[in-house]
Amino acid sequence: MTTVAADLLPPNAGVLNAGLLGGDERRQRLAMFGLSVPALVLVALVLLVPFSWLAWLSFFDASGALSGENYARLLRPAYVNSFLSTLQVSAAVTAICILLGYPVAYLLSQLPQRVAQVLLVFIILPFWTSVLVRTYAWLVLLQREGVINTWLKQLGLISESLPLVNNLTGTIIGMVHVMLPFLILPLYSSMRAIDPVYLRAAANCGASPAQSFRQVFLPLSAPGLGAGAALTFVLCLGFYLTPALLGGGRVAMWSTQIADAVSKFANWGAASALSVALLVVTGIILWAMKWAVRRLGSSLGEG
Amino acid sequence: MAGRVASSTQITHGQRLWLYVLVALVMAFLVIPCLIIIPLSFSDSQYLEFPPRGWSLRWYEAFFTSDEWLRSAVVSLKVASSTTVLATVLGTLASYGLHKKAGGLDPVVRGALMLPMMVPLIFVAIGAFFVYSRLGLNNTLTGLVLAHTTLAIPFVMIAVSNGLASFDVNLERAARSLGASPVRAFLTVTLPQIRISVISGMLFAFITSFDEVVVSLFISSGATSTLTKRMFANIRDQVDPTVAAISSMLVVLSIIVLVAAQFVRRDGGATGDR
Repeated sequence: MTTVAADLLPPNAGVLNAGLLGGDERRQRLAMFGLSVPALVLVALVLLVPFSWLAWLSFFDASGALSGENYARLLRPAYVNSFLSTLQVSAAVTAICILLGYPVAYLLSQLPQRVAQVLLVFIILPFWTSVLVRTYAWLVLLQREGVINTWLKQLGLISESLPLVNNLTGTIIGMVHVMLPFLILPLYSSMRAIDPVYLRAAANCGASPAQSFRQVFLPLSAPGLGAGAALTFVLCLGFYLTPALLGGGRVAMWSTQIADAVSKFANWGAASALSVALLVVTGIILWAMKWAVRRLGSSLGEG
Repeated sequence: MAGRVASSTQITHGQRLWLYVLVALVMAFLVIPCLIIIPLSFSDSQYLEFPPRGWSLRWYEAFFTSDEWLRSAVVSLKVASSTTVLATVLGTLASYGLHKKAGGLDPVVRGALMLPMMVPLIFVAIGAFFVYSRLGLNNTLTGLVLAHTTLAIPFVMIAVSNGLASFDVNLERAARSLGASPVRAFLTVTLPQIRISVISGMLFAFITSFDEVVVSLFISSGATSTLTKRMFANIRDQVDPTVAAISSMLVVLSIIVLVAAQFVRRDGGATGDR
């Protein structure tokens, strides 16, 4: 491209244009930064400023004096229980997503690109379907007189309706459905990047398919799996919609506590302290995961 | 078939039949709940059964004859179309600026602009509700558009940055060296080259806004209730199959947008969008 352009220009154009292109570099740099400013202002208005403001407020009590009251309140049993159940639900959902998602990502990564592209539709369609719609669909499927209970009764497998929704079971099923694409998509792209030559080499050296999977593919896919699992876990920690609708008020998650503190009790101190705590925990997990993945990556590099 | 080698591990298709079955089941688990709502919405009874005992359009009729539902659908459409325009312009400008490497702060700026996609929606919801109550933006269309635009910017930026990554900057340099102003070079050379990415960013911005629930729950009510906010309240308080009809239409909308995104990409490939 450049050579064609150069041929068309007069002989002295190179010098002239170097000046033209280089002269306004600093001005251009400032202008380029300016292009991000409107978007930055908006993100600051809607997200950064209110959140910093709330975080600041969380250190003051109702009378406006500096105090740790809002954080001391987090140690009450109701809040402690909700933290524990949030961690349990998030861990369970992440574990189920790994069990279901790893085989899918693995198979897709081993299939020819063209076939995999078509099959990815099955993962991208739910990803882009409204979470509210999917949660509603699960409610219809799982409720007392819902599709699944009716079918099981018609088949004679159960005589009483199973309590599948408005409890922990329903919440976990709904959350796995929402989170699975978040695990599969990054895991798939990291598995695609694994050079099949390694597996062929293992097979040439006499490894059985199971051996070459366990000793070659599994370790190479571990960093991608770690990153996907951390993303899933962190998304679960702050997830609101599905627990609110499928939990039937019986599953107290961190996010539902924050929402209740604001909408039911107008208690901004509690809401902001809960949010700050959630943010800190999220940050720590992401940082720890990044560290672990890097360690894993470098130890694999040495081995 | 069963004896043929299926992958680099020299495993055969027959040996990993179990894997195919498992993956098929997981994919069914992922897709069926998105699609089953469509036949259910044509049921003629209050109880949604599959397969429905009788078919009717009564739940669609209930939607299209209800002023409340229609008003909130109009709110959602207005908010989503304004969000699409605003997020596409702001997101494209920001990606372009960052692509041209404005300076050492670039990673920080990009990180800040990606935040709305990464933080839990409940944070954005209570934060916006808090600051809007001081600015008088709660229960206004402006407030909804600003919040949704913030949420949509990362999706536009991802799409546009992908487009810019495969764009040959020398084309723009050539236009500049021939005397085009920066704005003219961008509009006549760069933008047409990355249009496919910009269009897919627009589609994703529209869906992000139209499907958004959690933030709308907090910052909209009454006459400014979005469709999804009204659906949420309806699902929680009563099980009204009208929601099944609306859900089906939303699923079809998502499919249309995905297919459209696929088509613009393919069309771009065919006409030499490079």
